[in-house]
Amino acid sequence: MIPKVPLDKQIKKAVNGDEATAYAAKQSLVDVVAAYPITPQTIIVEKFSEFVANGEVYTEFVPVESEHSAMSAVIGAAAAGARAFTATASQGLALMLENLYIASALRLPLVLVVANRALSAPINIHCDHSDAMMMRDAGWVQIFAENTQEAYDTTIQAFKIAEDPEVQLPVAVNLDGFILSHTLEDIYMLPDEEVQKFLGGYRKPVKTYVDYLGKEVEVKLDPSNPISIGPLDLYDYYFEHKVPQAVAMEKVKEVVKRVNEEWFELSGRKYGDGVIDAWGVEDADVVVAVLGSTSGTVRYVAKELRKEGKKVGVLRIRLFRPFPFDEVRDLLKEVKVVGVMDRALSFGSFGPSFLEISTALQGIRNSPLMVNYIYGLGGRDVPPSHVKQVFNELEEIMKSGEVGKRLRFLGVRER
Amino acid sequence: MMGNKLRHPLSKYLLEDRLPHSWCPGCGIGIALGSILRAIDKKVKEGAIDYNKLVLVTGIGCSARAAFYVRFDSAHTIHGRAIPFASGVKLANPSLTVLVFGGDGDIAGIGGNHLIHAARRNMDLLVFMITNFVYAMTGGQVAPTTPTGLYTTTTPKGNPERPLNAIKLVASQNPNYVARASATHPALIEQYTYKALNMEGFRFIEIISMCPEVFGRHIGFNDPVTLYKTLKSKSIVKDKPSLDESDYDWNHGWILGEYVLRRNPGYLTTLRRYEG
Repeated sequence: MIPKVPLDKQIKKAVNGDEATAYAAKQSLVDVVAAYPITPQTIIVEKFSEFVANGEVYTEFVPVESEHSAMSAVIGAAAAGARAFTATASQGLALMLENLYIASALRLPLVLVVANRALSAPINIHCDHSDAMMMRDAGWVQIFAENTQEAYDTTIQAFKIAEDPEVQLPVAVNLDGFILSHTLEDIYMLPDEEVQKFLGGYRKPVKTYVDYLGKEVEVKLDPSNPISIGPLDLYDYYFEHKVPQAVAMEKVKEVVKRVNEEWFELSGRKYGDGVIDAWGVEDADVVVAVLGSTSGTVRYVAKELRKEGKKVGVLRIRLFRPFPFDEVRDLLKEVKVVGVMDRALSFGSFGPSFLEISTALQGIRNSPLMVNYIYGLGGRDVPPSHVKQVFNELEEIMKSGEVGKRLRFLGVRER
Repeated sequence: MMGNKLRHPLSKYLLEDRLPHSWCPGCGIGIALGSILRAIDKKVKEGAIDYNKLVLVTGIGCSARAAFYVRFDSAHTIHGRAIPFASGVKLANPSLTVLVFGGDGDIAGIGGNHLIHAARRNMDLLVFMITNFVYAMTGGQVAPTTPTGLYTTTTPKGNPERPLNAIKLVASQNPNYVARASATHPALIEQYTYKALNMEGFRFIEIISMCPEVFGRHIGFNDPVTLYKTLKSKSIVKDKPSLDESDYDWNHGWILGEYVLRRNPGYLTTLRRYEG
């Protein structure tokens, strides 16, 4: 299929992951950006402030005094009807946390880019997913990109997903700190007008009927049609206001899939079905499930093993929230052993993806044997040899039928 | 180790195996830390403070790396929270001499709220704020202290905002000591620190400092020496300056000196009175 905008009509540019998302935000007609510097995200707002200074965008840019203020400012902007964007990492995300719950509960379609970085203490600036996993219950849509091209594509898609009338939820786009954020890659960008057409121009807030106004108004803070948002809500109605968040989440998966297809028709690029990017899973005995940039390494090793005749596959989870339980179940139900690689650990439990996948496979007769590998904390490198070790161990489990230790640490010194 | 090897005069206070430090050539933080350590050394030699009771608390940023190099108890906490952490340390063990060392982004930016309230309580802490006018560790973004009009990586057309005057802000809460020094005047840092070390209550010393790498270079200074000389020429030392003179901008520079000096009871003394 020839995409609507063929490659020769797209703009090829060497950018790093941070710049890729900044260009995506630039093309997405963002009204307000508020941000605070934190490694490895900083390049995003630096690049964006350049666009502002050059007059290439009509965006109001505020360099606020903390991440808490950054999230507060974009929440305010979105509540006033703007398309708002910010970016952060690690401790910055931690500082945003109480506001993250506000953004989702007020149903504000913000977009946040997270350049994934380990949480303190001890302080560390390199990649793991402990920051993203901290916000997994905050009511945000969470998507993990595998490479710089996908970070660009996903950031644009994120606005479309967030602002879908059925969704109206904030979206976090995750890219691995340094591994993607700081690594230069050639990517293809669409012309500005194509992106703007794809998004339908500037943000149009959804409308709702307000009884005391006796008419339908846009859901935004507008003095001519006054509404109040987020007022005190106790045991009388709080619960009723929480359930619609869960209902909206249920609709996200289909929207992500649809946007993935629309983007494919436009650009010629798609990422699996949008929620899962699977490789070789159909006939596999052994599958490794993983998020983010490590998927590339895992796929490389799996391809090598396939050449040796081993039936191995890779399940890359692209959409982590809402979690694609049905899709995972369908893809993994015939598999014999599943190794889940997590770049974060819920201390006292397992890695977050392992917990989700276990839930997805719950209740299947002869469900796959499962092992959880915690890897790459604080930016620890994951060479192909470590991934090969994972596949070897999974193969042994398949042969013996014995799982042994379910929680394993990959590439860590033992005393 | 080697008995006859020449050692740095301050080596007693530094973890030498962690040196050389990570600060860029031409950075002012080393000058500031050195001056502070000399003042501490004097006090220790006089028997006025106990070397074994020193604690240095830092947040996040270039300056915060100091916690990594000093040879006494230190904590490298999170961005902006060095002051509340230090307050906890002091309250738990009032016999300690608790120092806070951080950058302008850390102390006056993200942690600004804590700065105000520690000063309001007259909390028994000595806080050093290294003002280099940008968020340096992340690469030179605009900070609350960036003078109006200056280029930073997030204000490519110049900073439209007015800088935060930490001297006035802290002084408004009536703490015991507020002074401004500069890394271009190390003797002043030493002198002010020496004076403040034994005092009660909240003591605040702002230290103007040079970041040649992501501040100076970005605004057109090709080498650290030119930036150093420029900052020096903008620093005017004054005896007992008034608070109205503490406002600064890039054209007129800033006044160094002791803005506030009083001997009110510190927080712990006050607290004991209420505990009756």
